[in-house]
Amino acid sequence: MKKIEAIIRKSMFTKVKDALLNVEVNFFTYWDVTGVGNEKQGQVYRGVTYSTSDIQRRYLSIVVSDEFVERTIKAILESAYSGEVGDGKIFVFPAEEAYRIRTKETGKKSLN
Amino acid sequence: MELLTTNNVWMMICTALVFFMHLGFSFLEIGLTRQKNTINILFKNFFVITMGLLVYCGFGFNIMYPGEFGIIDGILGFAGPGLDPGVDYDQLSYADGGYTYWTDFLFQGMFAATAATIISGAVAERIKISAFMLIAFLYVSIVYPIVGSWQWGGGFFSDFISEDLGFYDFAGSTLVHSVGGWGALIVIYFLGARIGKFDSNGKPLAIPGSNIPLSAAGVLILWLGWFGFNGGSVLSADPALTSLTLVTTCLAAAAGGITAALTSKIAYNNLDLTMFMNGVLGGLVGITAGADQMLPMTAIIIGAIAGPIVVAGVAILDKCKLDDPVGAVPVHLFCGIWGTLAVGIFGNMAGFNQFMVQLACVGITGLFCIVFGTIITLFVRSIVGLRVDEKEEEQGLDNAEHGTKAYGDFSIN
Repeated sequence: MKKIEAIIRKSMFTKVKDALLNVEVNFFTYWDVTGVGNEKQGQVYRGVTYSTSDIQRRYLSIVVSDEFVERTIKAILESAYSGEVGDGKIFVFPAEEAYRIRTKETGKKSLN
Repeated sequence: MELLTTNNVWMMICTALVFFMHLGFSFLEIGLTRQKNTINILFKNFFVITMGLLVYCGFGFNIMYPGEFGIIDGILGFAGPGLDPGVDYDQLSYADGGYTYWTDFLFQGMFAATAATIISGAVAERIKISAFMLIAFLYVSIVYPIVGSWQWGGGFFSDFISEDLGFYDFAGSTLVHSVGGWGALIVIYFLGARIGKFDSNGKPLAIPGSNIPLSAAGVLILWLGWFGFNGGSVLSADPALTSLTLVTTCLAAAAGGITAALTSKIAYNNLDLTMFMNGVLGGLVGITAGADQMLPMTAIIIGAIAGPIVVAGVAILDKCKLDDPVGAVPVHLFCGIWGTLAVGIFGNMAGFNQFMVQLACVGITGLFCIVFGTIITLFVRSIVGLRVDEKEEEQGLDNAEHGTKAYGDFSIN
């Protein structure tokens, strides 16, 4: 069992969500985040140029059983790709245990 | 009597429109600054309009329109404290039947408050509220009505060289806007820039405004207010003059906005909305001195020149390390001077002699405002200090000076 976390462009979210549903990953959480990265946005305000290092992204957290790990990562890598600096990152962590609250099921059963 | 009624109704509408400009100023200033200083800015705007009216009632009106210059001939007079309508206040004999005494007072009172509001935007985000209140009070009490009396009160500006060759400032490019602009310039010079406006090498940094849509509403409200500011300065409902004045006013505003946006595009390769909006205001200030003396074409030229003046003015202030968050100095001072001089260059009164009179009176006004503005600012600095301390400025003036926040838990900057 693994936890996969991905930082992606907000504009790619729908594509990523569809790609995940396609590989039968239909349970995950996400939230909007602000971060600092390699992407710099040049802006001009009243004649003064400035660059914002604050980058808006969406953060996905997905817990899957071992046989789902590879296809989940592949789905995100392909659907979140634009080729420009700032496409995001994927992190994979081991997950100890999972419980479904309603049925008290654990492990793989609790995830699907 | 029907004539007086028509005139008076128009003048009361204009009075209300000039009053409405205070909402425009408030919106513009809030939008171009950070959320942590919103209450502070609104507090200043409320203070300016309330204090301005009371002071103008108490003695300002009677310094500005003294009747006779009893203290120093042509320079200083005082018709006594309070309001005294006299016997003919609602007769055709009062002000050529243009309006009643009461309308006269209220219309002029709205103008007085406007001059102090110009200062409030420029000094935003770092001035102590007590210092601002004192400076605004002294400025509206002394500088504004005295300079105003030289021209509109029948003082030495109005017949500068002779009866036929006097200064001309229709609705106050100099008497209202430049007077406010000079005050703003002096105070921001002594006040210093906001923390974070310039880096350690003196390079200007951007402190983006928190609410551009609100600023846009403010500018459009100001433009609407100018229908009263200039339209009412005809001082009657004279159909030909009021209509022409509204046309020249709007054309100059339009031209100023377009050329400011273009200048920003050429100079910085950026279609900057805040410059566009400041350009509209610059065009309005520019036409104010000669709005009844211009043809549509010359009004467009005056506005079109005001636009680049605003954009260049913002850059010049940045170069001089002067911090004016809302562009009050470029708009009201620089375009005010331009518009006043333009009366000698374009329109019915154009001529070398007129131009020299305009120049001289702009200079005298500037000198007087600089001297008294400096005295007032230094005097206030010696009693209460000018700036909040560093910690209070970082925290925001809303919390530091007013103990609360404008947007509850939702503020982000």
